[in-house]
Amino acid sequence: MSIAAAQKKGFGAFLWDYLTTVDHKKIAHLYLIGGGFFFILGGLEAMFIRIQLIAPENDFISAGLYNEMFTMHGTTMIFLAAMPLLLGLMNAVMPLQIGARDVAFPFLNSLGFWLFMFGGILLNCSWFLGGAPDSGWTAYTPLSVESPTHGIDFYVLGLQISGAGTLIGGINFLVTIVTMRAPGMTYMRMPLFSWTTFVTSTLILFAFPALTVGLFLLMFDRMFGSAFFNVALGGNSVIWQHLFWIFGHPEVYILILPAFGVFSEVIPTFSKKRLFGYTAMVFATILIAFLGFMVWAHHMFTVGLGPVANAIFAIATMAIAVPTGIKIFNWLATMWGGSITINSAMLWALGFIPSFTIGGMTGVMLASAVADYQYHDSYFVVAHFHYVIVGGVVFGIFAGLHYWWPKMFGRILNEKLGKIGFWLFFIGFHLTFFIQHFLGLMGMPRRYWVFLEDQGLDTGNFISTIGTFLMAIAATIFLINIIYTAVKGEKPAGDPYDGRTLEWAIPSPPPYYNFKQLPLVRGLDPLWIEKMDGKGKMTPAEPLGDVHMPNGSILPFAMSLGFFVAGFGFIYQTDHQAWNLAIFVGMGIALGSMLIRSLKDDHGYHISKEELEREAD
Amino acid sequence: MKGWMGKFKFVFLLSFLAIILAGCGRENLTALVPKGYGAESSMNLIVLSTVIMTFVFIVVLSVYLIAIVRFRKKKGQENYIPKQVEGSKKLETIWTVIPIILVLILAVPTVAATFDLADESGKSDHINVDVTGNQYWWHFSYADEEVQTSQDLYIPTGEKVYLNMKSSDVIHSLWVPSISGKMDVNPENENTMYIEANEEGVYWGKCAELCGPSHSLMDFKVIAVSPEEYEQWVADMQSVDPEEKPQDAVAQDGKAAMEANNCLNCHAIGSSPNAVGPNLTNFGDRTKIAGYLETNKQNLVDWLLDPESIKPGNLMTGKYPELSEEEADSIAEYLLQLKPSEITPESAGN
Repeated sequence: MSIAAAQKKGFGAFLWDYLTTVDHKKIAHLYLIGGGFFFILGGLEAMFIRIQLIAPENDFISAGLYNEMFTMHGTTMIFLAAMPLLLGLMNAVMPLQIGARDVAFPFLNSLGFWLFMFGGILLNCSWFLGGAPDSGWTAYTPLSVESPTHGIDFYVLGLQISGAGTLIGGINFLVTIVTMRAPGMTYMRMPLFSWTTFVTSTLILFAFPALTVGLFLLMFDRMFGSAFFNVALGGNSVIWQHLFWIFGHPEVYILILPAFGVFSEVIPTFSKKRLFGYTAMVFATILIAFLGFMVWAHHMFTVGLGPVANAIFAIATMAIAVPTGIKIFNWLATMWGGSITINSAMLWALGFIPSFTIGGMTGVMLASAVADYQYHDSYFVVAHFHYVIVGGVVFGIFAGLHYWWPKMFGRILNEKLGKIGFWLFFIGFHLTFFIQHFLGLMGMPRRYWVFLEDQGLDTGNFISTIGTFLMAIAATIFLINIIYTAVKGEKPAGDPYDGRTLEWAIPSPPPYYNFKQLPLVRGLDPLWIEKMDGKGKMTPAEPLGDVHMPNGSILPFAMSLGFFVAGFGFIYQTDHQAWNLAIFVGMGIALGSMLIRSLKDDHGYHISKEELEREAD
Repeated sequence: MKGWMGKFKFVFLLSFLAIILAGCGRENLTALVPKGYGAESSMNLIVLSTVIMTFVFIVVLSVYLIAIVRFRKKKGQENYIPKQVEGSKKLETIWTVIPIILVLILAVPTVAATFDLADESGKSDHINVDVTGNQYWWHFSYADEEVQTSQDLYIPTGEKVYLNMKSSDVIHSLWVPSISGKMDVNPENENTMYIEANEEGVYWGKCAELCGPSHSLMDFKVIAVSPEEYEQWVADMQSVDPEEKPQDAVAQDGKAAMEANNCLNCHAIGSSPNAVGPNLTNFGDRTKIAGYLETNKQNLVDWLLDPESIKPGNLMTGKYPELSEEEADSIAEYLLQLKPSEITPESAGN
């Protein structure tokens, strides 16, 4: 492999290139494609839900299918859409922002992606194989243990495989940020998006094991006759809720912190001002992450934990409002006194501030335990978490995509389509979810297949469904924009937005080795500093020399495929022993690939100094 | 910047308009018109937190709008570079301290109310009802009074009633929004909460924890009557003779058909605490059939002939021999005549 290999080739070679790539930028593309695909899928599931609820006692879909629909909507959006899209942005941007040539473990990066992808596909295979999981994305026991189809088995194995991928990704980012920052890039000079990547990765590291354990217990209960959650045999079903939420609450911050990171890049760039209160922003991020582990039982106020536990978790939850408020005000202060450009990326950031503020406010309202006795498991909660996850995370993803699209794909997204899409989505989003706060308080519990006639819930549900259609149109416009941009989009310079951080110091898209020479970082917003000093480009921190690069490998794909096959074996061995064969074949492929990886030395290759010199600046 | 604000306002105006149209929801269902002690406690905190949060939102929105309007890049300023402010200790302290104070204002009454609603000190002096959550119906057993009933819970107004709740299968959650917030009904432990209705009425109850396909059809009612009426209802229920023969011939056939088809293996008429199906003692007075259909003979016949089409996943389907139309008709006639008490939902002003 050399530079020559990166030139244009046939489709087969192109596909092979992506199957074997260990380049963080291409893995980012894969994450965006995979996450985007599941985002569309989850969106369609949402449409089915809302169409069913357009009128009272509707029979658009059956009760059982409805339960599968909202279970898969939640699971898909959280695990297979939002998180991979964010991991895609992190992969694309974080190494560039800290001035690194790749992540610390490129091979693992690829493995993380393929595990996620195969896990997601495995989970969705359930649609065609007897029924999807139907116990909600939270899969509360004993309902999930007793679910008669294989749906929950697909849920368990699918999430276990994709969860392993996420955990690998998180560890990889941690090591990358700890060890591979460019000379001069101290922690307190790191851009906020890299900081949030770092903190999010820590959350992944500590939160995912709780899910892994819970899923294993559930798997053993369903497949091997154990009784961890079986009350009749001395088990305890509430334990699942603890395990799930010890993972599940930090998961919410795994989603929102990277989005905060995106806004902390977009707002300063388009306000032409440095981020206000950088230090406070960093510590607020860390504090939110820390408190995120202390509040899981606020999902369980009605479980009957008693007043002491409820009071403690209520106060701990309210405390999170403080660092979150600091962030909101610091963003406002960043805009204050700036010179604000409003383009698509900035529009998403501006739309985020009021939307997320509402979500944060209802979060504090939910923290008040006795008030939560009314909100809990009602549409109020549905409204709240869509305000934070759509108003926060999805807006963040869209802002990030518009902002970094030129850096990732070498084209600028069409502004006009971007703005139309934003407004449709913004209006549709508030139309759908604002009214749901009231539906909940008017007595509509969540996960209801039908609501009855004459309960005063008709108008609200109708409006809510109309809003969904606006969001669907907006998402379609975004897809059209992607195609339009790919065909006719404007090609950017390296730094189309007058950026402040290192990713804008190199061409768009960057060469596969990122930095010919690692840059010397002289402070926060390193590129901005050089611009203000009149230089306009980074000073190299090293002489031009050979660059060490990793080789691509098909092994991550093979390993993930092996786990995928073994997954089917585990799911169906309860029906017939012959399926054990699939376990052996699948695990054989996976472990065999690991063995090859361990025994075969792969030292990568070097791009010679001469080759680098030949590359134009 | 007018276009932006215009659209923003439009969204909220539309939403508020919709709320006004819908009012505060259906009376005796909505939590926004509380008619019980628990619902009032919750409402107080909902109002307090909404006021605080609206204040915060107005502050944020004002700063936000002013910032966008005032500091938007102006023509001829393309190359203007604003002052690169690092931060401000004073400002940052202000927006750290003020939220802490606001949170404390909310935290104190929250803690007080949490302990108040969990108070079980006077439990034995009050009415105790053992509640069992089942897929997809509710059973109520008045342990001291030896009265059993399903789906319709009778309580006296102005008095604490302790609900000792447990599930026979998966997790359910009991929620009567107008009277009280919800509490989960778990299979492994007994959860206790008290409810107290301020005025007479038939209140909607819902299951709030996903429990299977018919989760959304697991409705029940709380019927709050005056203490005297409640006493009478208990006395009437206690004096029911399950063997009593109905008057007319059709109903007598119905009683015989029930026996022939083993209905009473699962169901009970009278105070038999061991029945696994809904208690039928006062079936004729039930507010609804299957929890959500109007009480009339046709609905009951439909239910008896094919419960699956009315409540998917219910546990009655397939547990009894197929009924003929005639049998179903006579059983329905018999069941609708089971009206042991003069105290009915009408007594609560339904």
